[in-house]
Amino acid sequence: MRKGSTHCRYAEDVNPAFPAEIMAQPGGEALRDCIQCGTCSGACPVAVHMDLTPRRIIALTRAGLEADVMASSTPWLCASCYECQVRCPREIKVTDVMYLLKRRAIEKGTYPKRFPVPVLAKAFYNMVAAHGRNSEARVVIELALRTNPFSLLKMAPIGLKLIKTGRMALGQERIKDPKQLRAVLDAMEES
Amino acid sequence: MSAYAYYPGCSLTGLGKPYDESVRAVFAHLGLGLEEIPDWNCCGATSYMSISGDKAVALAARNLALAEPMGLEIVAPCAACYLVLSKAQHTISGYPEIAARVHKGLQAAGLAYAGRAVIRHPLDVLVNTVGLDAIAAKVIRPLTGCRVAPYYGCQIVRPYSGFDDPLRPQTMDRLLEALGARVVEYPLKAHCCGGSLMGTMEDIGVRMSFLLLKEARARTANMVATACPLCQYNLEAYQGQMRRAYGEDVTIPIVYFTQLMGLAFGLAPKALGIQRNLVTADPLPVTV
Repeated sequence: MRKGSTHCRYAEDVNPAFPAEIMAQPGGEALRDCIQCGTCSGACPVAVHMDLTPRRIIALTRAGLEADVMASSTPWLCASCYECQVRCPREIKVTDVMYLLKRRAIEKGTYPKRFPVPVLAKAFYNMVAAHGRNSEARVVIELALRTNPFSLLKMAPIGLKLIKTGRMALGQERIKDPKQLRAVLDAMEES
Repeated sequence: MSAYAYYPGCSLTGLGKPYDESVRAVFAHLGLGLEEIPDWNCCGATSYMSISGDKAVALAARNLALAEPMGLEIVAPCAACYLVLSKAQHTISGYPEIAARVHKGLQAAGLAYAGRAVIRHPLDVLVNTVGLDAIAAKVIRPLTGCRVAPYYGCQIVRPYSGFDDPLRPQTMDRLLEALGARVVEYPLKAHCCGGSLMGTMEDIGVRMSFLLLKEARARTANMVATACPLCQYNLEAYQGQMRRAYGEDVTIPIVYFTQLMGLAFGLAPKALGIQRNLVTADPLPVTV
């Protein structure tokens, strides 16, 4: 258990703007309706591996304890299976809240460093923005180089099988008109 | 002949090639056209929306804009693509402010989207539009001897799909029965395989996928049918790691439901990409 999750919190640990900022975004609206029933944590297939369960993440978010939430691995361990979201009796979009927290952590640079999930997300994001398509092998190799290069050795047997069966190419997939996509994404940046 | 706009997505050009091949073969055999959306781009999957909100919607929406002039419903076999395109559509119709920004973004690139896309999964099209009777009528080699665990995974049934129950789906069960297979009771059918965690936190992914296969074997299945390229890969390619981590052999073929359809229709295994599967599918009613 992460040390931070059991320590005392004081008034100065609270960012009172945090809950309102999350609830103001699409997907975060219903957070105020949470009754802390724990259905999300019970339904979550990854909860057993998380430092804070989804229910606790929601409680900490509503309490404004931003630092605890941002330091947690929980949003990054969310596998995006949406089971919490369809089971929530208060119709809270729990999975979408996890996305809001991930985006906030990326924006503020407070995501857990060297943790492979945000590294993968960034590698994927950059590749798609540049080429319009994702080449699975290239993303995996880049992730390994940035986190644990030795894991490439471990992955080699599977990689060879995939190449042999024609399921993995090492080249970069790309769309024909990356300029058009670029124009869409750039315009979004400006708005 | 009815036709659909086809969105293969990145995975179906790589890891999921056998899914692409079998979807195309089965649709053609049933007289359904698949017209690839010209110059489609990556949907963004779970990664893009972890980094950016509105831009993730715009990225997916370029595909919807490219498909719209085709005047056809969109078929997206990959579970992540199906979810992301559906999510973009929901966001555009439910959040006018985001929709306005997305429209502006598309306009800047000379594109327009009137919001008319209908995004469907092939499982939905085959069972609910083509129908089980029409499918059963094409079966010339019933899948006798196949005891299949029907594995839906998460994203084709949650949270946007609406063509089946999000927690206890039945569509694939009924389809496989129409092919002559025996469908085993499989309570984990919509439980997550770990998704992209297999690539980032392998120990967690291996555990999640291991539990699915252990249960399938305990339920006497001799194969697992999937409808998602990532589920198929996680369950198939990591069986060795599962054995090493948990000291239990969970070897079992993992096939696409469309591969089983094609085999039941008597199509050539090669046309369905059977030779690309990593775990030999012994119980299949053909020699590959």
